[in-house]
Amino acid sequence: MTVRLQREDFDAGREAALLTHGRTDIGAVVTFTGICRGREAAGEIAAMTLEHYPGMAEAEIARHVEEAKSRWPLLGVTVIHRYGRLVPGDNIVLVVTTSAHRDAAFAAAEFLMDYLKTKAPFWKLEERAGETRWVEAKQSDGAAADRWRGKGRNEAAE
Amino acid sequence: MKLVYFSWVRERVGKTQEDIAPPTGVMTVADLIGWLAARGEEYAYAFENPKIIRAAIDRTHVPPETAIAGAREIAFFPPMTGG
Repeated sequence: MTVRLQREDFDAGREAALLTHGRTDIGAVVTFTGICRGREAAGEIAAMTLEHYPGMAEAEIARHVEEAKSRWPLLGVTVIHRYGRLVPGDNIVLVVTTSAHRDAAFAAAEFLMDYLKTKAPFWKLEERAGETRWVEAKQSDGAAADRWRGKGRNEAAE
Repeated sequence: MKLVYFSWVRERVGKTQEDIAPPTGVMTVADLIGWLAARGEEYAYAFENPKIIRAAIDRTHVPPETAIAGAREIAFFPPMTGG
């Protein structure tokens, strides 16, 4: 398991290769990359600054990786979350999961992203046309995280 | 105990962190929010809507009814928007 918080960019292909290199037990690798959008309903975004709670962010992500590993038969997990100022097109977050079969890899990656959105201590500040605004939490993200409650091992979201 | 603030809670309070010694009647996270809100305009503004304030004690999420006794670091922040 790898959890990293960093200002620098990451290479999704390289991170996936690190998990699969030299192994023959892995049958599925899922990589999810979240990217900074340049356009929202409210208009063009010039940049986005991600603030985080050092120490807690790593611990909170690691807790959820452990929970994912207890729910699905995962062979490897990598989560990288960037912080600092990002511009449209920049990578924000990477989740890589590996398993013998695709169901577990897909479900665990989705589970981890849903929890990162609502429980990992990060806050996005958008810049547009010289103004800055803290992004508000979306109810849909809360609902996406809630649907995993009480789901047992090997069960995917419905 | 040490308090740390993030996002617009930090901006409204005007500090990233501070050391405080709340009176003995302040037992829970919710009590602490109420006590802080009465400390001045900037705190009143930061904590004007306690329902949306999230808290963590020693870097673990906690609900407002959690006791603060023994806490080393308490963080206050708005709902998270990572990912």
